[in-house]
Amino acid sequence: MMFTQTVDLAKTSVRALNQRLHELNAEHDEEHWRILNPRGAHAIACGLRVPVTVEIEGHAGYYCAGMNQKATVIVHGNVATGVAENMMSGIVHVNGNASQCAGATAHGGLLVVEGDASARCGISMKGIDIVVKGSAGHMSAFMAQTGNLVICGDAGDALGDSIYEARLFVRGGVRSLGTDCIEKEMRPEHLKALETLLKQAGCDARPEEFRRYGSARKLYHFQIDNASLY
Amino acid sequence: MCGIVGLFLKQRFLEPELGALFSEMLICMSSRGPDSAGFAVYGAPAPSGKLKVILQHSDLGFDWSAIGIALEKRFLDKPSVEVNSTHARFLVKTDAQRVRSFLEEYFPEVRIMSVGHRIEIMKETGSPESVVERFSVRRVAGSHAIGHTRMATESAVTTEGSHPFSTGVDLCLVHNGSLSNHNRLRQRLGREGIEFHTENDTEVAAGYFAWQLANGATLKEALEAGLKDLDGFYTFTVGTEDGFAVLRDPIACKPAVLAETDDYVAMASEYRSLANLPGIEGARIWEPEPAVVYNWSRGKGAEVTGERACRDVALAELGER
Repeated sequence: MMFTQTVDLAKTSVRALNQRLHELNAEHDEEHWRILNPRGAHAIACGLRVPVTVEIEGHAGYYCAGMNQKATVIVHGNVATGVAENMMSGIVHVNGNASQCAGATAHGGLLVVEGDASARCGISMKGIDIVVKGSAGHMSAFMAQTGNLVICGDAGDALGDSIYEARLFVRGGVRSLGTDCIEKEMRPEHLKALETLLKQAGCDARPEEFRRYGSARKLYHFQIDNASLY
Repeated sequence: MCGIVGLFLKQRFLEPELGALFSEMLICMSSRGPDSAGFAVYGAPAPSGKLKVILQHSDLGFDWSAIGIALEKRFLDKPSVEVNSTHARFLVKTDAQRVRSFLEEYFPEVRIMSVGHRIEIMKETGSPESVVERFSVRRVAGSHAIGHTRMATESAVTTEGSHPFSTGVDLCLVHNGSLSNHNRLRQRLGREGIEFHTENDTEVAAGYFAWQLANGATLKEALEAGLKDLDGFYTFTVGTEDGFAVLRDPIACKPAVLAETDDYVAMASEYRSLANLPGIEGARIWEPEPAVVYNWSRGKGAEVTGERACRDVALAELGER
């Protein structure tokens, strides 16, 4: 039976809440948590390590669900800087908009943003899958290493600047591509991967509507022509 | 790191509550700026022909009567004075340039916080809550207010290094960020007759906007020009006698959140500061775009301007550097 634990942040500190969530043990503890009155507080539901579901009823502040492992964190509102930063696994679902650096440096898991994500979405991403149903701001996927960034709306300036091997899928326009980021051929395996991601994110966009961008691989390999300079 | 907040009321019925609403916004930003705090409030206008002059002296027991007598002799009108902690408000019958020059010459130990028809700037070192208590900000009425909580990085924790900065009549500026070309710009503006009293970068930006406005630019035009001439990181919030504006630099590293309802426009570094405002649940909440001027003025409604045009200019300029 699903047991719901409700925590009101008007009465309990974020530190106390996070402590309780950290003490959870996968076999015995509550499976479903509701967090009331987040009012933009920072670091809500950070560092979770068990497969619980945490629903945040309102807007969350910086670093919400950071370092997440296995848990599902659903935010019924907007999130500030760095949602799901350094996530390892699990799901973070934002029903509103996300501020800058959503999913920064994250190694795994799925981040879904129903609204827009602002600047630097997926900066230095290392394996996370990010689906933004709206648009994403400038410098998104900056130095992105691996994982997938799906943008159903438009991408801002300098998309994928200094990108390594992450895959970027954009349905709308791209304001400009960053250094060493190019449009790439959409092959059947990409359409298939994209279809899976869109399905996981509950998005009805069709994979054929997207274009794929990635690394030209000119920046991070040593150019042998430059050897004579040394 | 610093915190900035602004509240611009669209409806008169909220005016008596301005101070109470604004105080909570400011105190909430204490974690971003615990060193000092300041604010500008636009309250009831000074009587016709007079100006509000806000002065500061660090000595709580400072005798303001000598200044009152000197102002009366100089401008042939007895100024009313109201002392509020380390600050005093004089209502003086003259123009801004004359009263500034006079005070700077004869009372150099006193700092001029603001001069204008409606603006009143007060700022002090200490926690934002202590500054709010000191000046009884919760009881203040007005149409708009702008505030700053400071975490000093480059310059000392002093009253004169605190924000807001005002270098023009009824104009004030708060800033989160740092400017890199303020020394050259200070020299350039100095040649244009703009005077500066600190080494602070924000004062230069305030002087720059005052200079633009004095040369006939609208607030929007002044800010758009700033995108070209001010190099560095910034989220600015600007107040004028009847206007309120927000601008972030093209890189937009410094945070800002805007909220708008039928009753007000509110700006803060973080949403936390907006969470207590009435009707925030139904407000339109968004993050201002980089290099886009957002400005409102009383009576004329909202105006969101220059979205793509000024952004492209700014980015082209960045590319040239």
